[in-house]
Amino acid sequence: MISSMIRPSGNCGVKIMSKTEIRDAYGKALVRLALSNPDVVVVDVDVSKPIRSAEFEKVAPERHFNFGIAEGNMMGVAAGLALSGKIPFANSFAIFAAGRGYEQIRNSIASPHLNVKIVGSHAGFSPRIDGASHQCLEDIALMRVLPGMTVIQPCDERETIQAIQAAAEFKGPVYIRLSRSRVEDVYDDDYRFELGKAVVLHEGESAVVMFASGTMVQRSLQAVELLKRKGIDPTVINVHTIKPLDQETVLRFAEKASLIVTLEEHSVIGGLGGAIAELLAAHCPRKQLFIGVHDQFGETGTVEQLFEKHGLTAEKIAESIEKATL
Amino acid sequence: MSELETIANRMRINIIRMIHAANSGHPGGSLSCADIIATLYFRIMNVNKDNINSTNRDRFILSKGHRCETLYAALTEMGVIPQEELLTFRKFGSRLQGHPSMNKCPGVDMSSGSLGQGLSVGVGMAIANKMDGNPNRVYVLCGDGECQEGMIWERAMSRSHYQLDNLCLIVDHNYLQSDGHIREIMNNSPLGKKFDSFGWNVFGVDGHDPDVLTAALMRAKTVKDKPTVIIAETVKGKGVSFMENEPDWHGKGINDQQYDQAIRELRGEDHE
Repeated sequence: MISSMIRPSGNCGVKIMSKTEIRDAYGKALVRLALSNPDVVVVDVDVSKPIRSAEFEKVAPERHFNFGIAEGNMMGVAAGLALSGKIPFANSFAIFAAGRGYEQIRNSIASPHLNVKIVGSHAGFSPRIDGASHQCLEDIALMRVLPGMTVIQPCDERETIQAIQAAAEFKGPVYIRLSRSRVEDVYDDDYRFELGKAVVLHEGESAVVMFASGTMVQRSLQAVELLKRKGIDPTVINVHTIKPLDQETVLRFAEKASLIVTLEEHSVIGGLGGAIAELLAAHCPRKQLFIGVHDQFGETGTVEQLFEKHGLTAEKIAESIEKATL
Repeated sequence: MSELETIANRMRINIIRMIHAANSGHPGGSLSCADIIATLYFRIMNVNKDNINSTNRDRFILSKGHRCETLYAALTEMGVIPQEELLTFRKFGSRLQGHPSMNKCPGVDMSSGSLGQGLSVGVGMAIANKMDGNPNRVYVLCGDGECQEGMIWERAMSRSHYQLDNLCLIVDHNYLQSDGHIREIMNNSPLGKKFDSFGWNVFGVDGHDPDVLTAALMRAKTVKDKPTVIIAETVKGKGVSFMENEPDWHGKGINDQQYDQAIRELRGEDHE
């Protein structure tokens, strides 16, 4: 039933094969879709260059539409395109896609359950020095609460490309959360993304299970290397599909654990941590350590400065887990 | 009375019946757009009971979803919704939701209820039709009060930009909104000039004259490279004397006495 790829422990650490910006992977994925699926159309709101959706326009200009700075309108147009059999990818920064466009997404896309793919790029702290207005730490919560909405957050280049492909093949509304950050590869070419199936990246010896998503996957793997030196060997699971949650995998590993750790570049309210806690509270209550942003807005800074402040670096994660296991 | 006027009149009677049965609804606006929707469904659009579930036909988006009574009444005229089902309007379990839901009610081309959104959806459909070489047209009906929503003007821009001559917006211009007179709440006139400056083809017509509406809608089909907006001058509550031009009849139920009088007036039995 579960075809999660279990990596041997020795192969899961800081695997710096290369570094890619997630948005570049997104641009590549859209180009592939432009060439393989004539129903895919792309709608933008004046940020197609930073998001890299402009790459689609280069190969399929007749299927690319830029509506200027008008997110609400874009969501409505995407709904209309879907109603006519197209597969629209509607792009903006996460704050303006999920935030500005929320009510349009709710009433014109999610409620009629239309086949629209909403891409929120530059999520979390990844807009860095742009500051709080651009750092969206609430979009998973906003999208997850909508009935029938699928929510995906890939962690590296290969996963992003495959997740975009899977979203295009899936029928129904999907929110895809992308980071602007440059990230290390987690996966090699053998990786096969499966919508709704969490991936066990490292099966550790300790009764600690880390559920991570997006950029926190790499940080979790790095934290494991640090924790091993302290005699703590947690399991790391990549929950790329936050909704629908892979309940089977989460429960299977939670049952054997005494400490659950959730890690997200997002508010701890309503995001991955919330999703896991909702499931475990009902079926398998466990002590849970919520690593993420605790009810705060962002601010100007580098990703490393902001991660340091909010406890999201590998060192800080390792410290928090060590403390929680004492 | 012409055949279309007879249909519109039956629709008005059904609107009153629905709202009376539900003791809730939006009589004023539903009555003001009855002639517009009747003209669209029974003279202009290539839609009928047999192709109602197809997307390969003209399509209609009721951007102001709270006038769904009129849409449901039109679908009854078409034979899509049985007459007796109209009395389930706004009741639990009914296909006739308080605001139209495309996944519950056949013939509803898009769910609506949140103002300002239907026009963007229409743009999406019109773009898709252009891409596919599909000659069918897209019609959107919105209100004049609804034109206070910023999203209307976001898409007003995009329509002209994409030369969407396959798309037609009709503004039900009855000069009233929920809280009162538009000129007192937030005056947004002149609407026609605003659309004109965004590059639209603009017609101003009597929204209660099916022949004039038909002529404008037919002419809109011949306009090239730009969308048409028809500013339809209407009377909120049209056809029921005590509802006409009364902001209070925007959204509320109808009691037995009011029901009797409204039906008598619409049947022409009460000449005052």
